[in-house]
Amino acid sequence: MSDSAPLPVANLSPAQSMAPADRVAGAMSGFAKELGALSAFRLESCIHCGICADACHYYIATEDPQYTPIWKVEPFKAAYKREASAFAPLYRLFGFKHQVTADQLEQWQHLLFDSCNMCGRCSLICPIGIDVAALIEQGRHAMFDAGLAPRELYEKAAHQRATGQPEASAEPYREQLLAIGSRFQVEIPLDKDEAEIMLCLPRTDIEHYPSAVAALARVMQHLRVSCTFRSDGLVAENYGYYAGGKDWQRQISRRLIDQAIACKAKILLVPECGHAYAALRWEAAELYGAPLPFKVLQVTEFLAAQLQAGRLKLGKAATGATTFQDPCESARKGGVNEAPRQLMKAMGVDLHEMENHGGFSFCCGGGGGVIDIERAAPLRYRTLESKLREVDETQASTFLTSCSDCRRTFDDAQAHFKWDKTPQSLLELVAANLVSTTGPA
Amino acid sequence: MTLLDFARGPALKVAISVFCLAVTWRIVAFVLLRIRGDLNRPRASVPASLARGLLTIGTRSWPHPEFIARTGAGEALGYSYHLGLFALVLLFTPHILFLGSLVGITWPGLPSGVITIISVITLTLLLAVLFRRVTNPVMRMLSNFDDYFSWFVTLLVIVTGLATTAHFGAPYQRLLGLHILSFDLLLIWFPFGKLMHAFYIFPSRAINGALLARKGAPS
Repeated sequence: MSDSAPLPVANLSPAQSMAPADRVAGAMSGFAKELGALSAFRLESCIHCGICADACHYYIATEDPQYTPIWKVEPFKAAYKREASAFAPLYRLFGFKHQVTADQLEQWQHLLFDSCNMCGRCSLICPIGIDVAALIEQGRHAMFDAGLAPRELYEKAAHQRATGQPEASAEPYREQLLAIGSRFQVEIPLDKDEAEIMLCLPRTDIEHYPSAVAALARVMQHLRVSCTFRSDGLVAENYGYYAGGKDWQRQISRRLIDQAIACKAKILLVPECGHAYAALRWEAAELYGAPLPFKVLQVTEFLAAQLQAGRLKLGKAATGATTFQDPCESARKGGVNEAPRQLMKAMGVDLHEMENHGGFSFCCGGGGGVIDIERAAPLRYRTLESKLREVDETQASTFLTSCSDCRRTFDDAQAHFKWDKTPQSLLELVAANLVSTTGPA
Repeated sequence: MTLLDFARGPALKVAISVFCLAVTWRIVAFVLLRIRGDLNRPRASVPASLARGLLTIGTRSWPHPEFIARTGAGEALGYSYHLGLFALVLLFTPHILFLGSLVGITWPGLPSGVITIISVITLTLLLAVLFRRVTNPVMRMLSNFDDYFSWFVTLLVIVTGLATTAHFGAPYQRLLGLHILSFDLLLIWFPFGKLMHAFYIFPSRAINGALLARKGAPS
């Protein structure tokens, strides 16, 4: 690791205090809990070619080898080979793999959290076909069980698990939601006993982008669909997912699932929030223990379906040259690639794609909870430079995204770099260009 | 018993036995772990996902256009020496006769002059691969005993093979014995290290492709 910068000490909350031996035991049992045939196969298949580094914006920005994606799970790879692989006794006998230490795990916090957005770009480059991002997610689970999730993510996850909100707010989100309805003069469907669609919100939108909240309500009102927010299941984000606390993730997802079941929803509509979509669409049923009795749809795919069915008509949007940031969790990892482009096409948007777009887009740098980790900011800004350059190279004057965390990250970049672009919500653009239809909803 | 008799007699039998048993155990060990289903509603059907998985075996053989500039040269180097190895194993007449004695069929081989040229090229590529591994900071950091020993046993087979065909430095019989012994060593090491990727690579690509296709995500 002599080519690498020294790793910082772990960033922990007092509640995560634990004896070193317990940390190691927690990490090992956390990793073992999830060790199935598939993850073992992934761990065994790596040929140490290092190609995954070339997909990772952290490595590309720094050329520091420690940011090689597969290296981020090295302690767990070693532990697997030493403890559970086909020839584990030989690894122990010849000392090929040393036992993982608490110090090593503490150092790895920086690699698994501060410098990984779990964006999944590395999973597309591996010539062996290893889903490196899936291993990193498992690594985060083990780190959580070792009491080594970063302080900010741990505290937000704990708060959300207990209260439904990642942080205390001056006004409960329910009241803030109603206030947004009044301010933007749009009806907020709330706590209906029954509805076809249950809505939820990124708390980022409630706190930073109320116009996006109003846009969602306005579009749903326009479509005249039966829908409702639920006071006890408002927040789409899942800080348990970020922090790696699988059980907490399950409990936080469960809050939304229970509310959707209570109002007999057929669809749980996930707003513009990439990781909320991934957590609900691709992980919630597994944690719930049964297939969900409703569909989980991301708002752009729902709207694109409405468009195709003729229930939604959109006017031409005068955005000029426009580029679009694909949220990694919904596009690359979630398969929502075409829907946002169908909406933009319907509005006549002059789309100038970035050099890397769709499933191959670079992450905004804020995903995976990194935007919330204070000490990760300097490194995050370094990785952002090439992303901002890609945006600039499109020569677009309008910059759209469909993820509130991407939006917040680029807003932050705008302030930090004195950048001249302001990220905007695709949903808000749709809401601003609704055209009345004559037929019934 | 001469060295050659030992190499192609008991040593080869032991090597093949170790190879077969250890490869089988390494694969069975996966199956003994839990294989989980996925309760999340798929976006693509099972046949469509499987078809995409099979397609990914081919498509992942070369980087996506977005990655070529950074990885194309390294991957080309890797594939080149693999092609050389395949040619040496499958298209050299004495190897064909040996394989034919195992599988019951034979096929035409390349002239020995061509094989010698391929051997030299493959050897050079293997040296380039090692140079890259020790000079590239990422590869150097990731590398361990397995990487270097697997490289060494592969190289050893080619070097002894070249020496045998060139009758270089010792009587032919002894050189052939050393060549076969080096192959025995490769067979014994194979299941314990990264050479196992020969068995893993296609299933791994297919599984990743199918799971991503299940989500409608690119692979």
